[in-house]
Amino acid sequence: MAMETDAIQFIDVSVPFGDGHGGISGLTATVEVGKTVTLIGPSGAGKSTLLSLCNLFLTPQRGTVNIFGKNVLEWDVPSLRRQVGMVFQTPVMLPGTVLDNLRLGPKLRGETVDNIEPWLEAVGLSPTVLQQPAQDLSGGQKQRLSLVRTLLNHPKILLLDEVTSALDSHSTQLVEQLVQRVKAQQNCTVLWVTHNLEQARRVGDETWLLVGGRLVEAAPTEVFFTRPQTEAARQFLASVCKGGQPS
Amino acid sequence: MTLLSLSFTLAFVAFAIVLSIRKRLGLEKDLVVASVRATVQLLVIGYVLKLVFSFNSPWFTFLMVAAMVAVAAYNAGKRAKLWKTVFWKVFVAIGLTETVTMAYLLVLHVLPVKPQYVIPVSGMIVGNAMVISSLFLNRLYGEVSNRKQEILLLLSLGGTPRQSIRQVLKDAVKASLIPTVDTMKTTGLVQLPGMMTGQIIAGADPIQAVRYQLLILFALLAAGAITSITLGGLVYPTLFNQHQQLKRDFE
Repeated sequence: MAMETDAIQFIDVSVPFGDGHGGISGLTATVEVGKTVTLIGPSGAGKSTLLSLCNLFLTPQRGTVNIFGKNVLEWDVPSLRRQVGMVFQTPVMLPGTVLDNLRLGPKLRGETVDNIEPWLEAVGLSPTVLQQPAQDLSGGQKQRLSLVRTLLNHPKILLLDEVTSALDSHSTQLVEQLVQRVKAQQNCTVLWVTHNLEQARRVGDETWLLVGGRLVEAAPTEVFFTRPQTEAARQFLASVCKGGQPS
Repeated sequence: MTLLSLSFTLAFVAFAIVLSIRKRLGLEKDLVVASVRATVQLLVIGYVLKLVFSFNSPWFTFLMVAAMVAVAAYNAGKRAKLWKTVFWKVFVAIGLTETVTMAYLLVLHVLPVKPQYVIPVSGMIVGNAMVISSLFLNRLYGEVSNRKQEILLLLSLGGTPRQSIRQVLKDAVKASLIPTVDTMKTTGLVQLPGMMTGQIIAGADPIQAVRYQLLILFALLAAGAITSITLGGLVYPTLFNQHQQLKRDFE
C-alpha cells in the first residue's frame, strides 16, 4: 500500500460561517504529512472554521476534505477525531482533578495512560498539579494542560487554535518546543492558527493567509514573510508590522 | 356532598377575584377561566369515569389510559426546543413507565384489576411522569446549551455522542427527580397527600389510606426514574446530526 503523502486535502471547499455572514469559499490546498502549516489572517477570516472541517466539527457545504486520502465523511467519526486532535482557543476543564482531565481521551476508549509527568514538565508544569482540581488552575495552566491532554491521545494531525494566546513568552516557547518535538518524534502534521506572526514564522514550514474566507496566499514560511506574492499578503504584513489592526 | 354545599365554595373564587381587583393584579379573567375550565373538565371526567366504571371493560380502561399518556406527552414535549422530534419519544417514555409500573402492581395483585383502581392510579403515575419529562427536557436543553464546550471537548477527543453527553444526561435525570424525592421526604410533615386525604374524607381507615399512599409514592419514585432515564436514552441522539456534530440549535 502506497504511503499517503498528504495529511489534509481541501478540494474546492465551501462552508458558511456559523453567524450566517460569509464563509469559506472554493478553498483548495494541501498539507503534507509531517509539515506545520501556520494559518494567519484577520479575525473572522475563517481560520477556526477551516480547522473544524478537518475533524468534522463542520461539514463542507461543497467540495471535499480528505484526511490521509480519505474523505472525512467516510471516516468512522470517533476514530477520525482521535487521530485529528484539536486544542481549542479557550481551554475547557471538566470537574475533577488534573489527572482525571488528562486521562479523558484514552478513558473514552477504555484505555489508561501512565507516565504523564514528563509531558507536564515539558510544558513547565510540576507533577504536583496532578491531584489538584483542574478548574482551580490559571488560564495559562489550563491552556498547557489542554495541549497535553490532546497529545496523550496520540493524534497524527494536530489542530491548534491560538493555543498560546493566554501564555507568557516562556510558556509559549515551551509549548512551541513540545509541539516541534512531538512533530519530529511522531511525524505529526500540524495546522496552527495564530495571530502572532513571529510565532507563525518560527514554527511554520508553510504559511497560509486567509482573508474573508479565501486563501489568498500559501507559501513556504520564509518565502511568505520575505517575498509575499500577492498584494493582499503584502498589505496584511504591512498593516501588522505597523501595529495596525488587520481587518 | 350536595350541589348546594359545593356552590358555597364559589365564595373562595369570588374572594380571589375581589382581591385581584382591589390589588390591581389583573388576574380576574384568568381566575374566571381557570375556575370554569376546572369545573367543566372535572365534571366531564367524572361522567366519563362513571361510564367506564359501569362498562368495567379492560378496553375502555386501556383507551382511557392511552389518552392520558398522549395528553401528558403533548404537554411535556410542547415546550421542548426540538418539539417535533420529541413528542413520540416522550409518549414512549411515559407509556413505558405506565406499562411497567402498572403491570407490576397488577401482576402482584397489589391493585385489583378494576377501572376504579387502574385509572386513578394511572392518572397519578402518568401525571407525575409528565411533570418529570417536562423538568428533564428543560434541564437537558439548558445544560446542553451551557455545557456545549464540555460536549465538544469530549467529541474532539474521540468520544461518541453518548459518551460526550453522559454526564449532562445524568445531571438532568438527577435534577428532574429532585421534586419527587423532596416530596417523599416531607410527606406527612408539610402536607397530607391528596389521595390519602381523599380517602380519609370519604371515611376510610387512616392506616389503610396511608398504605395506599405509600404504594403511590413508591410507584411514583420508580416511575420518575424510569421516565427520565428512558427519555434521556431516546432524546440524546436528536441533539446530534449524522456526522456526530452537536446540532446548531445549541450553538
